[in-house]
Parts: sequence; C-alpha cells; structure tokens
Amino acid sequence: MQIKESAKVYDAIIVGSGAGGGMSAKVLADAGLKVAVVEAGAYFDPKDPKTQTQLKWPWESPRRGASTNRAFGDYDMSWGDWQVGGEPYTTKEGTQFMWWRARMLGGRTNHWGRISLRFGPMDFKHKNVDGLGDNWPISYDDVKPYYDKLDKLVGVFGSKENLPNDPDGYFLPPPKPRLHELYYIKAARKLGVTVIPSRLSILTKRINKDRGVCFYCGQCNRSCSAYADFSSGSCLIFPAMKNGGQIDLYTNCMVRTVTTNEEGLATGVSYINKEDRMEYQLRGKVVVLGASACSSARILLNSKSPQHPNGLGNSSDVLGRYLHDSTGASRSAFVPALMNRKIYNEDGVGGMHVYSPWWLDNKKLDFPRGYHIEIWGGMGMPSYGFGFNASDFNKYTGGVIGGYGDKLRDDVKRFYGAVIGFGGRGEAVARYDNRCEIDPDVVDEFGIPVLRFDYKWSDYEKLQARHMHQTFEELFHAMGAEVLGDTPGKDQDYGLHAPGQIIHEVGTTRMGNNPKTSVTNAMQQLHDAQNVFVVDGGPFVSQADKNCTWTIMALSWRASDYIVEQLKKRNI
Amino acid sequence: MDRRDTLKTLLIGSFATTTLGTVACKTDQNTTEADSGQKGELPVYGRTPKELEHDQRVLQADFLNEHELETIAVLCDIILPATASAGSATDAEVPAFIDFIVKDLPSHQMPLRGGLMWLDTEANKRFNTVFKSASSDQQIQIVDDIAYPDKAEEKPELSHGIQFFNLIRNLTLTGYYTTRIGLDDLGYKGNLPTVWDGVPAEVLKEHDVDYDEEWLAKCIKQETRDIVAEWDEQGNLLT
Repeated sequence: MQIKESAKVYDAIIVGSGAGGGMSAKVLADAGLKVAVVEAGAYFDPKDPKTQTQLKWPWESPRRGASTNRAFGDYDMSWGDWQVGGEPYTTKEGTQFMWWRARMLGGRTNHWGRISLRFGPMDFKHKNVDGLGDNWPISYDDVKPYYDKLDKLVGVFGSKENLPNDPDGYFLPPPKPRLHELYYIKAARKLGVTVIPSRLSILTKRINKDRGVCFYCGQCNRSCSAYADFSSGSCLIFPAMKNGGQIDLYTNCMVRTVTTNEEGLATGVSYINKEDRMEYQLRGKVVVLGASACSSARILLNSKSPQHPNGLGNSSDVLGRYLHDSTGASRSAFVPALMNRKIYNEDGVGGMHVYSPWWLDNKKLDFPRGYHIEIWGGMGMPSYGFGFNASDFNKYTGGVIGGYGDKLRDDVKRFYGAVIGFGGRGEAVARYDNRCEIDPDVVDEFGIPVLRFDYKWSDYEKLQARHMHQTFEELFHAMGAEVLGDTPGKDQDYGLHAPGQIIHEVGTTRMGNNPKTSVTNAMQQLHDAQNVFVVDGGPFVSQADKNCTWTIMALSWRASDYIVEQLKKRNI
Repeated sequence: MDRRDTLKTLLIGSFATTTLGTVACKTDQNTTEADSGQKGELPVYGRTPKELEHDQRVLQADFLNEHELETIAVLCDIILPATASAGSATDAEVPAFIDFIVKDLPSHQMPLRGGLMWLDTEANKRFNTVFKSASSDQQIQIVDDIAYPDKAEEKPELSHGIQFFNLIRNLTLTGYYTTRIGLDDLGYKGNLPTVWDGVPAEVLKEHDVDYDEEWLAKCIKQETRDIVAEWDEQGNLLT
C-alpha cells in the first residue's frame, strides 16, 4: 500500500473536533492560519433534518428510544458510545474501564450535559491543601481571562454567588427551578447543603444573531437544531468557517500517528481514510492533538521513531499515566408528595436548573476531595422503559401492586413525575499506576494498535461514594421521600460507578514544569517535541469536582493563542 | 391467514402506515430501496447508515408467530382496554411494537415465548382450550391469578405465570404510553417549543413551596430573552 502524501503544508493540523479541537480550530483560523481538522467520525450538523432527533416523538422510533443501537437511547446525539464497531479497547485482567467515544464532527459535545463549571483557585493547587497528587504548574489567574472570554463567546447561564472555590463568570440568567427542584432546595437548605442555580452552556438569552435562544424542549442531549446549546460544530467550527477561516475538514479520517523528522519534531500526521481504507499523510508546521485524553495518548504512544523510541512525548514514561475520571454515584427516590400531579409542560432546559456545589471541609471527613450533586426528576417524555413496574410504588402507599385495566392506568398517572434522583460527581486523586497503554496483542480494523486500560479505584474514591449515598439518603428523607434500592455496601464499592463511566477521563498527558514527571509543559506543548500540543483533557493534573469541558476549552484557547504567537515569532 | 396478514389486520403496524410521513429506508446509498411492502418502512428518525441496516434486518426477521401475536393482542387489551376517553392497547398498535421489540432486544424472546406457552398450558389444564380461545370470564380468571405479584407467596405454583405477566404488562405499558394515544391519556404536555417561566402559581400553592425573592431575582426575565446579552466588567448583565 502506497501512502499518499499531500503537497499542501498546513500551519496547523488539529486532530479531533470536540471541545478542545474545535476551540483550537476557531482560534487558529480566526488568526488567519491554514488549518486542517482531522476527525475520525462523520460530518455532523445539529440542524441537518436527516440526522436530527430533537423534537422527535417516541413512536417515531420503532423501539421507542430503547438503547439497542445507542447506549443512551435512540435519540441521544452520539455516534458511538462505550463501544465503537471495529475499534475495540481492552482492560488489564482484574481491572475495569469504560470508554465513551463519539465518532462525529463535534465529538461528545453534541450530546453532553452542558454543565460548564470553572475550576476554582484551590483546584489548581490542591496538593497545597491535602498533600495528595500534584499541583498544576498554572493557577486560576492564568486561566481566568480565558474563562471570561469563553463565557462571552459560547454563553453559559448561572448566577453570581461569591463562593470561594466556584468562581462566578459572565453569566446569562438561569431558568426558574421546576417543582421537584423546589422540593430539593427546601431539603438542601434544611440540611445545610449549599444549593444554587446550575451553570449550563445553554442560551436562555440571545448572545449573537447566529445562534437561537433556548425554546425549552429539555433535549440538549439530542443537539440543538437552533444552536441554542453549545456544541463544537455549531459554536466554534462553523462560525470560524463562515468567518472566512481557512479550515479544511477531513471527516472519517482516523489519525494513526504523528510523523516526525530526524530532529524529532513533528512533520504532520498519518491517517486512514475510513471510506477507502487507504493511508494518507498531511504535512503541517504544528500538530494539535484534541482527540480526547485517551485517544491522543494512543496516537502519541503509537508514534514511535528512532528519536522517540518509547512513543512521541514519552521520554518520561508518564504518557498514558495519571488517567483519572470523575467519581460518580447515583440514587433515586419516590416522593409521595409529588403524586397526582397537575400536568403542565416542565421540560425546561436539557438538564438540571439547580445543583449543589461541594459544600464541606474534608478536614472533618474520612476522604479527600469533594463532589457536587446533580438533580433530576419531573414529568419527562415517556420512552422505552416507561411504565415498567409502574405499580410497584403501591408498596409505599398501601395500595395493591400489579393488576390491569383502569386500576393500572390510575397507577401510571398517579405516580407520573413522582421520582427524583441525584448524581454525585466528585474528584478522584490522580495516580501514577492508573493508565492506558498500548495492548501488545490487539489492533483495530485499521491495523492500529489499541489501548489497554489498567485502572483501579482507591479507598479515597470509595469512601467518597459512601458519603454521597449517605447525603442522598438524608436529602431524600428531608423531602419525605422513599429511597429506592438498598444502600450499597463495601462489596459494591459503596455504589461507586466504574472508572470511565462518568465520561470525564483526563490526565494522560499531564502538564508540569519537570520533563521527567510530565508530558506537556504549562502551555500544553510536548516537552519532547515543541511543535506538538495537546488541547483535550490530557494535560489535566487533577480533575476537581467540576466537569472538565469548560476548562478543556479555556485551556485550549490559551494554548492556541500561544501557538499563534510562537508561529509569528518563528519559534516553532 | 399468515403472520404478516395477522399483523396487518389485527394491528395495522404503526411503522407500516403512511400517516407519519414514512419513507422507504435504504440500507445505504449504493443499494436499491428496500421492498415497498409493509416491512422496511419506518419514519425518518435521524439514523446513521449502520442503524438503518440494523432496522432493516430487524424488520425482515420473523419471530412471533400468528398464534402468539393473537394471544398477545388479547392480553394487551385485558391490560389496557379502551376507556371512555382513551383507546385500547391494540388501538395504539401495541402488539406491533411487541413484535418489533422482541426481535430488536432478543433477551425478551424466550421469556415471552415460554410465558405464552405457560399460559396456554394453564388454560388447557383449567378449560381444555388455549388461552386466546377461552371465554372472557375464563381468561380473566387466569389473569386474576397471575396479575398480582404479592400473591406469589400464596400460590408458588403460579410464580412463572406471575413473572410472565409482569413482562407482558411492562411491554404493554411501555408500548402504549409511547404513542400519541398514550401520551394523550397520560396528559403529557411537552416536546414542543415553549418558554419556561416557572411552576404555575396554583401548583406552588398546592405543594406549599414558593420562589423566594432572592432566587427569583437571579432568573431570566423572559421578556428580555431576545435582547443580546452585554455585561459590565464585573460580569453584571446590563441587558
């Protein structure tokens, strides 16, 4: 097979089109650079009626939205989930890791929860607080100007709260809470749990003429055809192209390696075109990896050369290490006070209208690091699974379980909208031993060696999950609810979700000032090759109890500004 | 009557009608359209080429036979008969949904098929006929014995029937309440563009909750939603 090389030399080749890659594409193209964006999935535009799922009714899916083909249901806008056909990954014996990949333009930003939280000052220097993990080489003040710009460019609703480690920003006003959220507020206040309006990148108010305003269908996970929520395509890549940016999109193109020269610097990328299954090469002055923390690590690990025998950027043997996901635990409850509801449209925005940021001091607790609480509930649109065991709540109300006919119809209606649920999302401590590496035995259908994960939770995370469940139960009791399911015990890791399951995996190319203990420097530039940058979650030193997307984008903007400056100065 | 005709007459398959603006699906750009018969037609619901292929495979496959589908239809309408204001499960084409879903989620196949057989065995034992041919009174007599899970302890010999009835009840409810008829019966009001401006006042009162002034002051004033946002340097919204 002959490798086909392109004659064109790009200023920058960006691998991946999600939060990190999309942001870099916008910044570099707006600066007038010639950019290639190489995406392993297909082209996607949220407003294309052929692929749109927003506002579809349940019966338009013959399986009523069941998860046969898409793990989060037929209407979830992610092409690819825990499994991608032809592209396996493996786990080391006795370990577990779940890896979500979206093979489409915009990546996972098309379906994510839009929870857009800044890291706080303590989150960048947490080792100073508890001696665990490592500090970032940068501080909140380094990132703040980019968070500010990001708020204004993309739009995020929220409220000024003056909390010490949950910085405020340039917010659009939040929507009013729904009924179950008012119940939550009451219970949280009773227990002294902080509760504030949520912070989501959804436009409750216009920010420019190109994007619509939220019309409250509650379906952000289906990707908004009015561009009223953030996705990388609708908010970054398309506007940059419309603005005259020189962006060549290579979709269905799977990058295999970063190519390097005798000095060990990158010359471009080598990719497989999934349509003709041929290998091609692109040439560029700079390579920007935004393929997702683990995919970027995989590309670098597979980019071996005489100059980089251990993989590109891996002279430290830190590449792929310090992989960490958010912790997660979930619980739901039946709220008798919410039976027999008057029915109205409470779809609201796609996600919670209120949440609880971390509110406690770990000095008084048996685990390090915090978590926030996400809230769900309400009178949602039925889909596959609706009505399953519909009459079981009779056991709490003294009614008869089971039956048929009018009695059953009454049960369904009486209990509709009477369930509330919580998700805890917390910070794990990044560890050297938790990693992804190349599986020596397995390749994907394109012949590219795949990742093998080796990840275990420690007691820190397990005890944190136990605290989540204790808190959830207290909150449920405070609202007079019946907690569903048993309290998960030690044998179930206290209900801690599997690593990877929260889809916040970061840390594989962590940043630092010491090339022996980090992969990238404080500008997300490889210590070992100064014209290669990583702009996804890879450079995170620690996760914080915040979702990672807003920080990925702020840091990608910062790194991309630096790339523009360095190219201008001819330093790279 | 073969199985396909059974579906057509009994159920008028929800994905076979043209009322939803159906189009014939293509397995991919390079092949011809699937046969224009009842099978192979689905509403456009935003599928990828691979997903369209999957749907075609499911639609072309057969699992439930005519007798099974007729029995399911009888059961569905016992579970959700028509009311003064709402159609029955068969009006909502629930058997067609079940026919599809057991092919799409094969883990349902054995419990459903075996459960139907259990039901016929039970009907034969009691009334010397299969379930669907028994009289309404006889059918109800069996259903009453298996429709209440708490009875399982009293009548351990019926535990498998109770399990089966849980399954058919679950599939019937899910199939029904995911149709227009079902959503109307439930009263669901969403999935439409709207402007959310809080819980209706009478509902707040009924539930003894309210918006406090401080919180409310932070929330969007919906009359300003179309005015482009501008902030001062402290992040205070000016518009």
